[in-house]
Amino acid sequence: MTKVIEQRPDVLDVERIRKDFPILERLINGRPLVYLDSSNTSQKPRQVIDTLTEYYERHNANLYRAVYALAEEATSLFEAARDKLARFVGAPDPRCIVFNRGTTESTNLVAHGYARKVLKEGDEILLSVVEHHSNLVPWQFAAAATGAKLRFIPLADDGSLDLSGLDSLLTERTKMICVTGMSNVLGTVPPLRQLADAAHAVGAVILVDGAQLVPHSPVDVAVLDVDFLTISGHKMLGPTASGGLYGKRELLERMDPFLGGGEMILEVHPDRSTFKEPPWKFEAGTMNIAQEIGLAAAVDYLEALGMDAVREHEKEITAYAIRRLSDAGAKVFGPSGVERRGGAVSFWFRDIHPHDLAQVLDTQGVCVRAGHHCAQPLMRVLGVPATTRASFYVYNTESEVDALVDALGEAERIFSR
Amino acid sequence: MSLEDLYKEVILDHYKNPRNKRELPGAELASSKNNPLCGDEITVRAHVEGGRVAEVAFQGQGCSISQASASMLTEAVTGRSVGEASELVAEFRGMMEGRVEPAEEELGDLVALKGVVKYPVRIKCAVLAWDVLQDALSGAGDASVAGAQFGEGPGPVTG
Repeated sequence: MTKVIEQRPDVLDVERIRKDFPILERLINGRPLVYLDSSNTSQKPRQVIDTLTEYYERHNANLYRAVYALAEEATSLFEAARDKLARFVGAPDPRCIVFNRGTTESTNLVAHGYARKVLKEGDEILLSVVEHHSNLVPWQFAAAATGAKLRFIPLADDGSLDLSGLDSLLTERTKMICVTGMSNVLGTVPPLRQLADAAHAVGAVILVDGAQLVPHSPVDVAVLDVDFLTISGHKMLGPTASGGLYGKRELLERMDPFLGGGEMILEVHPDRSTFKEPPWKFEAGTMNIAQEIGLAAAVDYLEALGMDAVREHEKEITAYAIRRLSDAGAKVFGPSGVERRGGAVSFWFRDIHPHDLAQVLDTQGVCVRAGHHCAQPLMRVLGVPATTRASFYVYNTESEVDALVDALGEAERIFSR
Repeated sequence: MSLEDLYKEVILDHYKNPRNKRELPGAELASSKNNPLCGDEITVRAHVEGGRVAEVAFQGQGCSISQASASMLTEAVTGRSVGEASELVAEFRGMMEGRVEPAEEELGDLVALKGVVKYPVRIKCAVLAWDVLQDALSGAGDASVAGAQFGEGPGPVTG
């Protein structure tokens, strides 16, 4: 629908990329916007915004249920988006992609449609202590409903997952491993293939929370051999409420529907119904049509950049940020080596509370996240009430890291009065 | 509005040198609350003698605004009757919600917190201790609901 930038397989031309993001022209408190909160939500390139506009101006109609041309266009764009997202994550078949509002909804779908159907009392779900609430609370629900127990992989001192006790944590009672692909707080990247093999060896399935992994790293579900991968569109340049779930075909077929309603059914009788095949049996009601079509434009954009180049850029800027922050006196959490971490950099600076710090940074035009990052159990492990987090994406530059460090100096000045 | 208006000297002073931040054994009134959004947590305890707040102390952790506000609260309500303390809570809330123009003679140093009104997400930080106090005064308080205890600083994970 829109033209995308040319392929540059080696390094990102960040200055040119920045021109695609209209919001980066904004001033905040009279200063250029320094947006360092992409782990929270990413900004959107013109190509995605234009795709949304074009969809609503030229193609808007509801899916499947009409025979006129507009509806056929909308349906075909929507299904093409499914195709595109499937290829992006290495799924063998677009029917392995369920569209929904993103990772939280995807995790709840698996917790409801799979876990509640399969788990029995005494079974176990293995999580890690770094999980986002969205990859914890749905499992608490599933455990409460089935009598299953939750167990947790601890954190090692170097910020990686401590897998030394995996043999005792992972047993024939384990039916699911649900683990982040890249921590939104520490950046930690677990060895996913190793965990997938370990899960399969005891007959368990593995769900990977891809909220941070998919936007920031090349992902191939066939290589990783994961059973479920949750995907957040709004963190990968796409619209809010876009994304979905990758699931292995046979697992999606075993799953119960989650939401009942229109479009997910084959036949409806007063007392019973039959359902479409996956993924459509999980897509009740009018879908997030424009958003998923917009996400397809985001995938085009990222593929034109090349996900290897995206990952390389983030490794470089993350290494630079860790060095500058440490030199400035900040305590940086998580793995120090960028080979095994992503671009979410949480830190603690001179005993200034993260909320105070973020407030001062905002006056300097610097947007960071302060708080528990939807990971309260992890905050307790780290021994802090909250952290300040800077996170990076394709449009961030080292000079923006410099602006962050300068703004920290301003905070220090105010709080040392 | 500059940051110096938010982080006034009197606020930073209470933050760095909190008054009455301690336990209060045998307190008749106590309550706790945390702010799930940012993890601020405050416990307020009070001794009441003859219908007056004889002694108030707080414990907790959080940002400068929440901690300074709690510290200032302990000084402001000591010596007041329970009814007067409740009125002060109402007046403080009114100021923070922008409904009431603060009377300096009534609120004293607390007027310094008025700058927070310009920063909507921080208002709840300033009001937290006052909500806790009101719960304690009205007997709705439950000091056992305090959230998990955190350490004083960053933990061991660096890598």
